[in-house]
Amino acid sequence: MQPMEPILTTVDQFLNWGRKSSIWYLLFATACCGIELMQSGGPRTDLDRFGAVPRATPRQADLMIVAGTITYRMAERVRLLFEQMAEPRYVIAMGSCANCGGLFQSSYSVLKGVDKILPVDIYIPGCPPRPEALAEAIQQLQKKITKEPWLRDLKSWKA
Amino acid sequence: MTHEEILAHLRQLPDILVPEDATGCPDLTVNVPPESLKSVALACREDAALGFDTLSCLSAVDGGDRIEVVYHLTSIAHKHRLVLKATLDRTDPEIDSVSEVWSTANWYERECFDLLGVRFRGHPDLRRLLMPDDWQGYPLRKDDVPPAEYHGMSTSREDPLKTPSAPATEDAQTS
Repeated sequence: MQPMEPILTTVDQFLNWGRKSSIWYLLFATACCGIELMQSGGPRTDLDRFGAVPRATPRQADLMIVAGTITYRMAERVRLLFEQMAEPRYVIAMGSCANCGGLFQSSYSVLKGVDKILPVDIYIPGCPPRPEALAEAIQQLQKKITKEPWLRDLKSWKA
Repeated sequence: MTHEEILAHLRQLPDILVPEDATGCPDLTVNVPPESLKSVALACREDAALGFDTLSCLSAVDGGDRIEVVYHLTSIAHKHRLVLKATLDRTDPEIDSVSEVWSTANWYERECFDLLGVRFRGHPDLRRLLMPDDWQGYPLRKDDVPPAEYHGMSTSREDPLKTPSAPATEDAQTS
């Protein structure tokens, strides 16, 4: 495998550059954070300059930004949406409600944090977080994607 | 119509009504025995002088030892309001449905049933509205204890300020 390493690393860097520059997120919002998500796609904090465009179907999305309060009733649907996304997929928990239940932590019907059902990559604190905070979260996710050893990790390469 | 006139009209109905002393409340509040609630509701709507054509809100209160169902009636034609209260036994709260009198009561009564367990006789579709369909318990009751988990999701989250966790082994990424 040793002689292949430099080639794989370079190809990895190229693939990761392509993936981080076109993170397509799922058009999904439940509550107030959704308004901030829409604003982040607006002209001032433009998510499109990172290559991030909203997709209506999870089949075409790389990223799910969970923006808003998730109730127990909605949690099963959120899990279903996540399972419909193709790998590699990422989750950003936006706002207090998605991080830990937020303002409604003592409520009888609110899921206390979306990480009870999904593997979360980035947490954004705030109620709601400013659009600039969401833009920074996308940048942090880009940093995370840059470091992924995509080709070097494929099971087919391992003996 | 003033409160006294509404009360005089209501007293003409054959059922016993006791006005409640609701000082500070702008609406006239009247206690109704649960057995006669439906006839009172019909009379409130049909009577020309009362003319309560709208049910603004239907809710219930868990008063510790009893459950009170509260009806807020509004007359759009005459511009006056009325509040009806029916006190139910807490162990088996059951009352006639008024969804035939005012159609909007349909979902209000479903919400009451969902959150407080009040059963409405004669309701066309009495099932849960807000909570999941297989939820156990009535959340707005004072003695309700939420389940520890629902469909594999735990319903509590430990407070990071109260239970000191082990120090983080890796720092957050810095740019």
